[in-house]
Amino acid sequence: MINLEVPKKFTPAIDQAKAVAEHVLRPISRQYDRDEHTYAKELDMLAAAMAGMEESGSMKGTGATGVKREKPTNGENRNASNMSTVLSIKEAAKGDLGLMLTIPGQGLGNSAIASVASEEQMERFKGKWAAMAITEPDAGSDSSAINTTAVRDGDHYILNGTKIFITAGERADLLVVWATLDKDLGKAAIKSFVVEKGTPGLNFVRSEDKLGIRASDTAQFVLEDCRVPAENLLGDPEVSVESGFAGAMQTFDNTRPLVASMGIGVAEACLERTRELLAEAGVEVDWDKPAHSQSAAAQALLDMEADFEAARLLTLKAAWMADNAKPNSLEASYAKAKAGRMVVDVALRCVQLCGPVGYGETELLEKWARDAKILDIFEGTQQIQLLIIARRLLGLSSAELR
Amino acid sequence: MGLALGGLRRLASSELLDRYGLRERVEALVQSSTRNGFTAAVGAGRQFAKASKAINGGKAARQAPVEGSAALFDLTPDEEQQMLVEGFGDFAETHLRPAAREADDTCTTPDKLRAMANEMGAMVLGIPSDLGGVVDERSAVTSVLALEAMAAGDMGLTAAIMAPAAVASALSLWGDADQQARFLPAFTEDNPPTAALAISEPHPLFDPTVLRTTARREGDELVLDGVKALVAHVDRCDLYLVSVDLEGSGPALVLVDAGTAGLAVKAEPTMGVRATASGELLLEGVRVPAANLLGDGAPEVHSEMIARTRIAWAALAVGTAQAVLDYVIPYVKERHAFGEPIANRQAVAFTVANIGVELEGMRLATYRAASLADQGKPFAREAAVAARLAEEKGMQIGSDGVQLLGGHGYVKEHPVERWYRDLRAAAVVDGMVLV
Repeated sequence: MINLEVPKKFTPAIDQAKAVAEHVLRPISRQYDRDEHTYAKELDMLAAAMAGMEESGSMKGTGATGVKREKPTNGENRNASNMSTVLSIKEAAKGDLGLMLTIPGQGLGNSAIASVASEEQMERFKGKWAAMAITEPDAGSDSSAINTTAVRDGDHYILNGTKIFITAGERADLLVVWATLDKDLGKAAIKSFVVEKGTPGLNFVRSEDKLGIRASDTAQFVLEDCRVPAENLLGDPEVSVESGFAGAMQTFDNTRPLVASMGIGVAEACLERTRELLAEAGVEVDWDKPAHSQSAAAQALLDMEADFEAARLLTLKAAWMADNAKPNSLEASYAKAKAGRMVVDVALRCVQLCGPVGYGETELLEKWARDAKILDIFEGTQQIQLLIIARRLLGLSSAELR
Repeated sequence: MGLALGGLRRLASSELLDRYGLRERVEALVQSSTRNGFTAAVGAGRQFAKASKAINGGKAARQAPVEGSAALFDLTPDEEQQMLVEGFGDFAETHLRPAAREADDTCTTPDKLRAMANEMGAMVLGIPSDLGGVVDERSAVTSVLALEAMAAGDMGLTAAIMAPAAVASALSLWGDADQQARFLPAFTEDNPPTAALAISEPHPLFDPTVLRTTARREGDELVLDGVKALVAHVDRCDLYLVSVDLEGSGPALVLVDAGTAGLAVKAEPTMGVRATASGELLLEGVRVPAANLLGDGAPEVHSEMIARTRIAWAALAVGTAQAVLDYVIPYVKERHAFGEPIANRQAVAFTVANIGVELEGMRLATYRAASLADQGKPFAREAAVAARLAEEKGMQIGSDGVQLLGGHGYVKEHPVERWYRDLRAAAVVDGMVLV
């Protein structure tokens, strides 16, 4: 039966995430936006609590501990971890996006590990906080152009290169570093390696000063003859056209709906507060009336609600498909593209509608508008999402549609 | 004005016109006979006599909400819905699309197509089996899927075919036992009546919650005055369901037989959805029994009706937008410029990608609104959201469809110019179709 409501069985997990957002994240939101680079010690307690909740199964899938490909169903409809994860992440991001991104143990590197690691690796890296290190000074969206090299040397690989924009890089225990085994072999030779902090040759350079998500550190590292055990390579060590880069990119199919859900969370925060402030000013949407017979402010709210709803449902669909083992690369990009641009638009318009109140630091609206922009950039920019979507819809290769 | 417009319309669709070069002359006649104003509405002469026997044991059938609260998120249509989507999808492809151009040119819907669709269940889709329909429970989701599948063939023909069904649905949803017994059986027959919602009014910034058409009580009668616009099959209707501002209570719906004195009609061809043969309905001192008030004239019934028509228009926009997407994909891959397919250029490819994104968002919002309606939960917000997406994104998709074909999109050799016109109907037309 076609039903687009969130099932009741996720209510306890959502409520828990809501409580965390409301009581832990939101009260310290402004403080750690001001004190960029200061570690939010309040999160240690939260991380421990969340680990406990995950152990007990009561808060399964909360946070970006990783999303997994589900096994095919026997035609039976399933709402499982992908959906509960996007729902919980939405709530946490609504509390505070920057803090959510720096909850210990909940890094996007953990998603990568969960997606492609062997069982032995899963066990070895269990409980560790992992960050993703892909971007380089000269390679962003074109991740196949990375210059960091990995050269086999006995039981180790020797890594050399510079990695930037590593979310939680300074605070995480592990970095999942993308490097090429042979630049001449192109994408197929790109592999990911788990590099533990403290490994000689892994040198921290700095954390960036940013527009938003300032509670979350964004680090730069240089790898200088950094020796990494061969068993830390994630996935297939052979250079193969089929399983190589595609396997690494598969991580992104899984994480795109998560980033989209962060957009839903931030946008919902903006909309809720703006709705309250405008209601105090006497403006509310009348759902029975056409947009043209309402005030410009009410019409703007209606437009934002519409875009928000479209993005939210696209995100739920992408997660639902993953739960039911349906290939969802197209839908994951639909969700990420729509949520990314929606949240930026909504957040900026909310600031505009609330005027001086929206622009001032007493409210969080201006902060959310700064935080929002990252969501249309990281984990694949708007333009990259549109490329993925267009290639799929048009049946064109990356050589044809560049 | 000796000729009924309905007769003219049948004439206009005949091959004879083209064979003898008569089309231009006849079309001029249509224009001259309508430009001067209204003609008396005569309908097709069908009478809705007081029912001689009760249906459904003399009780008004009411829809039981589908139990959805414990249900999982699910986008898979059930078996019946899948069959229906396939059936109407085939019908759209093999019959509606080929007939779309002529229907648009001539502002007509061939009777044959209406009969075929009704044979497939289009008319009785919204009537539960208790009242002689075919479905156990009427379902807004099922209606949405049917509208979407048919609109992928042609929006105008779909709206024209489904317009009478909208009145049947309204009777099923809000009619009392007497109204259902009097009007509904005819809709389940082989030769069902032509009926139409009459909601919009011909002035800028029309708002269905603020109606200029009025109804005042006089004894056991209501007296209706006003002008309605965008009424499908306006001159062929047997029955109108008219929205009025009911004295002392607000927006309400009233059943009006076409034969009632004081009714007049005027053809008003529109930018798009021309197959609906829409026009204006003039009500001057029209007297109907107060028993013709639907849902006791409750304003809530009117609000729900508006929300349900909005969902229906969103569904039509989704189907039409899908047609645009399916049409532009092969075109931009085959069309070469600067030595390669234009699809290889990001400006073109991203436009296609954006159609994909917004279409899917619009579709899901439409499904959600319909599914909430079936579950008996509030859905005014969701219907407004779906309608807004159809209004804004649907229009953009219509425009992008023409843009991607450039000059070729502007000429009638390709259907994208028609879709451009049709997609503008969403949120401009209030009423006409309903889920």
